[in-house]
Amino acid sequence: MSDHWLEPLGTSWGALLALLCMAAATYLCRLGGVWLMDHLPPSPRLRRALGALPGSIIISTVVPLGVMGGPAALIALVVAMLVMFKSRRDVLALAAGMVTVALLRRMGF
Amino acid sequence: MRLTLPLLPGIMVFGAAFGAGAAHKGLSLFEAMLSSGLVFAGAAQLVSLALWQDHWSFGSTLAITLVVFAVNARMILMGAALHHWFKTASPMWRWFSLYLFTDANWILGVRYHQDGGRDYGMFVGSGVLLWLVWLLVTVPGYLLGALVPDPKTWGIDLVMPIIFAVMLIPLWKGRQAAVPWLVAAVVSIVVMQLVQGYAFIVVGALAGAITGALMPEAQPDV
Repeated sequence: MSDHWLEPLGTSWGALLALLCMAAATYLCRLGGVWLMDHLPPSPRLRRALGALPGSIIISTVVPLGVMGGPAALIALVVAMLVMFKSRRDVLALAAGMVTVALLRRMGF
Repeated sequence: MRLTLPLLPGIMVFGAAFGAGAAHKGLSLFEAMLSSGLVFAGAAQLVSLALWQDHWSFGSTLAITLVVFAVNARMILMGAALHHWFKTASPMWRWFSLYLFTDANWILGVRYHQDGGRDYGMFVGSGVLLWLVWLLVTVPGYLLGALVPDPKTWGIDLVMPIIFAVMLIPLWKGRQAAVPWLVAAVVSIVVMQLVQGYAFIVVGALAGAITGALMPEAQPDV
């Protein structure tokens, strides 16, 4: 296979194929859930499952990362949620969380 | 849209960190940019660097593909959760815009939709902006390498978890609706302890959704 035009780009057919497979796998994940929901028959049960899904995704992402990330991560997550609860301003809450984790990490937590 | 902007600094440092990591691992700039442009999923791109090869065999290609799939499998559930919004777009437009689907515009979309927003352009606009920024910052990250701060020093690695946690607050609909969340929390922690990788997100979220499906219809006054 001719690959003299690949060399200036510093790449190879193998690397290109790997990148394409990675991209395809990712796109499949992006499409998969939407495609699946197009083809599942709607039911009250499915509707309830989908209703519980966004919060469950968030919890399943945040809680383990908070536990795994040590005290700085956990405290920052709690501070951000408290600020959101009190102020209902998401930008402010994000800023509070980021400042908290940056300060705590600087202090060596 | 307003919320895409505060997320950008963190996303820029992350994209630059991927560029720096790619340079360190011996990818060419062209390969790093292809990864950012085609794969366009930060966690998966970073994990894939650990499996990057100088010479690709069938086995190593399959391995990196499966790992990327495992890291991104959470997006299957995210897509399902926003299906009621995605289905309002025309098929062609939908398949194109789903290419731009990330954690960031998913969570922004959940919030926007919750607040009554129905303009599908919000999702696409946020996605295009994120894609352009992500692709562009790969270059300085790659070229400057060691000058890119470690995301952990400033807690940049927590941008997405914090924004996720913040967005949970407006989703609160009373104690009964939070039972699936509790199940998701317990299951995800257990899975995280037992299984390496990112399986805890998918398993925990599925456990929450199944709990939701099995519960009686929510009472409006709870």
